Amino acid sequence: MKLKLATMAVAGLMAAGPVLADLVMPSLSFRTGPYAVGGIPLADGYADYFTLVNERDGGIGGVPVRVLECETAYNTEKGVECYEATKGEGSLLYQPFSTGITYQLIPKVTADGIALHTMGYGRTSAANGKVFSNVFNFPANYWDAASVAINYLLDENGGDIKGRKIALVYHNSAYGKEPIRTLETLAEKHGFELSLLPVDHPGQEQKSQWLQIRREKPDTVLMWGWGVMNQVAIQEAANIRYPMENFIGVWWSGAEADVIPVGAAANGYKALTMNGVGKNFPIYDDLQKYVYDAGKSAGAGDQSGTVLYSRTIYAGFLAHMAILKAQEMHGVADITQAMMVDGMENLVITNEMMEKYGVTGMGPEFAVSCENHGGPGLGAVTQWDAAAGVWNQISDFKASDKEVIDALIEEDSMAFAAENNIDLRCN
Amino acid sequence: MFYREAGDFSTTYAQDQQTFPIKFDRYRYYLVLFIAIVVVPFVVNDYWVNSLLLPFLIYAIAAIGLNILVGYCGQVSLGTGGFMAVGAYSCYKFMTGVDIWWGGELLFRLPEFNIFFSVIMGGVMTALVGVLFGLPSLRIKGFYLAVATLAAQFFLVWLFNRVSWFYNYSASGQINAPERDLMGILITGPSTEPWAAYLFCLFFTIVCAVIARNLTRGASGRKWMAIRDMDIAAEIIGVNPLKAKLTAFAVSSFFVGISGALFFSVYLGAVEVGEAFGITKSFLVLFMIIIGGLGSIFGSFAGAAFLVLLPVALKVVGVDWLGWPTDIVAHLQLVIVGGLIVIFLIAEPHGIAQLWRVAKEKLRLWPFPH
Repeated sequence: MKLKLATMAVAGLMAAGPVLADLVMPSLSFRTGPYAVGGIPLADGYADYFTLVNERDGGIGGVPVRVLECETAYNTEKGVECYEATKGEGSLLYQPFSTGITYQLIPKVTADGIALHTMGYGRTSAANGKVFSNVFNFPANYWDAASVAINYLLDENGGDIKGRKIALVYHNSAYGKEPIRTLETLAEKHGFELSLLPVDHPGQEQKSQWLQIRREKPDTVLMWGWGVMNQVAIQEAANIRYPMENFIGVWWSGAEADVIPVGAAANGYKALTMNGVGKNFPIYDDLQKYVYDAGKSAGAGDQSGTVLYSRTIYAGFLAHMAILKAQEMHGVADITQAMMVDGMENLVITNEMMEKYGVTGMGPEFAVSCENHGGPGLGAVTQWDAAAGVWNQISDFKASDKEVIDALIEEDSMAFAAENNIDLRCN
Repeated sequence: MFYREAGDFSTTYAQDQQTFPIKFDRYRYYLVLFIAIVVVPFVVNDYWVNSLLLPFLIYAIAAIGLNILVGYCGQVSLGTGGFMAVGAYSCYKFMTGVDIWWGGELLFRLPEFNIFFSVIMGGVMTALVGVLFGLPSLRIKGFYLAVATLAAQFFLVWLFNRVSWFYNYSASGQINAPERDLMGILITGPSTEPWAAYLFCLFFTIVCAVIARNLTRGASGRKWMAIRDMDIAAEIIGVNPLKAKLTAFAVSSFFVGISGALFFSVYLGAVEVGEAFGITKSFLVLFMIIIGGLGSIFGSFAGAAFLVLLPVALKVVGVDWLGWPTDIVAHLQLVIVGGLIVIFLIAEPHGIAQLWRVAKEKLRLWPFPH
């Protein structure tokens, strides 16, 4: 009897306890609410990438990946709840895809020793690894985006944009306010006039902003929008017949879902990108074979190949490479949260790696270091072809004005360090 | 059997007038306090504190505040989110040292306040702002007053977004709570121990609830209720409507301000006014007191618990146990919470507090109801 009980207890323990080790990748998604239009492709791409890794390679270094999805609705309170609920499960890397939630998580992940990757969003000055030990925002950030957009205008206008009027339509939140300081500095440097037009959350009401644009007729309109704000802005621009080729969105305002509702009138709208667009990457063949055909797509399975979907495929690839790096550095397959931070900090992306995993051309080659968590900061411009229904890349990946941006990053991160009594690392 | 007055004799006026005159009820209250103060801090972890207990305690304070205004004084307010923002931003300014500028020059800078006094100052400043926005209540009533407070909501959110002085000129427009301690124990910042944050908020919740309970039992509460029930009759029997309405606005805003300050400094640590203190927050707190019970302190707690815990409970059941997709659960959550609100309003318009009262009455006679 006793033996039987003991066996049952052991069997129960084995059933209840973790039978196999796994690599936990939390996905703070937002498939509901006013930002779901961006959140769904992001969440689907991230989940599909790791499904592919599990199906094709049997996990990373032989350890399967478990994606732990938690719905935030782009709301900071729910984001904090999701973080607290998932961090105990050994979550390796957080990618909230929300600047608001990023600001919540920066102090928390630093205290808990977990890595946070905010690719092209979040707090820009986190690029300074001396101050922000656990936060990474490679390969590019908002300030790079602002500078790339201005550089593009410089190229278009033969290097002189003096006296041009540039309007910034932005989401009135930490996200939308990020580029203002950079644009103001660049306005001084290049002599253009900057006007600011905030749009309040969630961004369905933009009549007055576009009326102002109609009156002032800026030469270029830049947009820092997200969620429903994008479609509304592009529709309003079409309504006032603003020339679409002078309307440039940041990389969060340039997806299919943003332009399709406007139809043919959106033709020619431009947006920045930090990753290669389209479906011409070998990884899509693998995804087709191992994920879509096997019926294992995340969500409704209708997001494949869209701009934001490709972006989280790329984000998944970078996380994958960081895990490999951490496994290689520490010689264990089932890595811990601290090892993941090391993996992120020593990450090197080469063309060979991108070719091996079928993402050639999706992003640049770069190396992360203790001081530099920000990557090279390259961006390209894409343009929407409404007839064909595709985004075409119309410029190469080009560097931002690092002289201006590095100074701003240094200033902002040092202010943060002073405010929070942080000792500088990497000495 | 329970909650019986039999054998419970009061020999002094003080005994007769205490908050919980029935012995059983009083002991239950002491037991709840004992568990909350002595037992809970030893067993909680990060998840329990940050996802459940802190929001519950903080929303309970806000609900008590709003209940004083709406439930006791009958002045409908939709400005709760804006008033919470006043509390949060005042707390932030006092935490980091208020700087006074004149003509582009820094005149002087107040020393940084301790976190405890910063939270209190959050309440005080909100009380002043609340009185200011309460002035129209002397002339307008009902729906029109609701619209006037709605204006306060939008104006305050706009103000904190627009004037960079409130967020110390930070580039992102966010306010971040720096690390602050109370007698050497960290209260704000990421390294705070969960029990410290919990006890800090619990202290404010208990003090606010006790103050609110005693105010509503006393002369000022009776004046508020007289105004609520019929303002002309109240004026005739000698209640000064100016004083009654403005004190209701002041006390209510004080509590709401305290909750906003705690919401920012202890719970979230970084907020953005449009997102954290938008109109949805005003409605959330209003739903709490409607579901919990208008004109009841217990109802404020019950409503806060209901709306904080229910979504988390639904998420745990749907996603963690049943393994459903997260978006389905999130949508179901809206349906279920909405449905429950409607059912509650039809089946029990006086809220959870009334259910509790009925339960107490039943328990008193149980098991021999005849």
